[in-house]
Amino acid sequence: MSHLSPVSSGESLPDDPGTSLGALLRRCATGDEECFAELYDLTSRRVHGLVLRVVRDPAQAEEVTQEVYLQVWRTASRYDESKGSALAWLMTLAHRRAVDRVRSAEAASRHDTTYHQGAHAVPHDTTAEGAESSIEARRVRNALAELTKVQREALELAYFGGYTHTEVATMLDLPVGTAKTRIRDGLIRLRDAMGVGQ
Amino acid sequence: MSSGNAYEIHALSGAYAVDALDADEKVLFEQHLAACPACQAEVAGLREATASLAQSVEADPPPTLRDRVLADIRTVRPLPPEVESERPTKVRALPVRRRLTAFAVAAALLGVAGVGTVVWHQNSTSDQGRTSAADRILRASDAKRVSLALDGGGSASVVRSVSAGRAVLITRGMPSAPTDKVYELWLQTPAGTMVPAGLMSGGSRTVVLDGDATNATAAGITVEPKGGSESPTTAPIALFDFERAT
Repeated sequence: MSHLSPVSSGESLPDDPGTSLGALLRRCATGDEECFAELYDLTSRRVHGLVLRVVRDPAQAEEVTQEVYLQVWRTASRYDESKGSALAWLMTLAHRRAVDRVRSAEAASRHDTTYHQGAHAVPHDTTAEGAESSIEARRVRNALAELTKVQREALELAYFGGYTHTEVATMLDLPVGTAKTRIRDGLIRLRDAMGVGQ
Repeated sequence: MSSGNAYEIHALSGAYAVDALDADEKVLFEQHLAACPACQAEVAGLREATASLAQSVEADPPPTLRDRVLADIRTVRPLPPEVESERPTKVRALPVRRRLTAFAVAAALLGVAGVGTVVWHQNSTSDQGRTSAADRILRASDAKRVSLALDGGGSASVVRSVSAGRAVLITRGMPSAPTDKVYELWLQTPAGTMVPAGLMSGGSRTVVLDGDATNATAAGITVEPKGGSESPTTAPIALFDFERAT
């Protein structure tokens, strides 16, 4: 199956436009440490940035990022390019690990902590300073502009906040089904605006 | 959870793509996903979109992390492609849904392959089942916890739920097992016998222990030769006494 998206996503990462992340992953699966190092260099800003954004605590985020890359190394052979881009595979893995970390911490401390206290006050500044110049940053920003304010809000709480859709609904004072609908509609709009994954 | 009808379940694809489903919904949706090519395609497409979202929050990891990661991978063997898995059929040739169904079944049984495979056979898909299982135990109303600082650094907790009949080990910053060794997890029976409950490699992990923990009196961790042992060959580096669980 030929995809435009894997190439375009991979190309827009910094420094080495010619390198395909998928090809690097395939080399990793054979135990090629140099290719793994290159993959790390190409992707670690994005992986760590996402993990840090979700987990917040820098020390824990560092642990999660480390776990993510160990899992990448161990499971590179399981990446199947017919199912999506290498970047999507990697970021899915990173997001899931980050979310697992915050949720298991919550579950473990649920007896002595008020659940999500203060969550409303969390600032979600998702615009990075240095990213403005890149083409992809513009694409993402333009695509995000296609979302309604309420879609963006629900999506950001879910993706960057690591909250479940029911938690998002409670935070935003919405009926339960509404947050999941906003998240999905927002993602579909984002996908269509970016022209990826179709 | 009332998402029994197909339309509602289908509508969970977006929340699933951003890991925003509750543990129970996730299990349900993964069962649905296994049999729904439309949802598979949609989830894949939405994940492409989310991968770009993270572009806006990029941040440099600490430079020391690179060295640690590169040192770590030297001690970890990459998994073989799935065609060489121990499963009797050629897994790669199976449609996605067959594999997902297998994982869903694994998740439903809370069973994670056999001894020795808790960590090593995980991939992004089986992780989902494992995490849901762990979540369910951690969130059980009768979950009780024992936490210990590890001598070699880091900490570990075991959470056991009698109603779930299972225990979960959560480690934070546990040093890697020595070369050619592995950490083996154990459940102690009321008679005092240690029963193998899986293997792990250290680090910061959440692992569901193999086996029924309903009547276990304790959980333990020992250092064993790679591949694990039938019974402990060394003194435990950690022993979690369920009597002391809170």
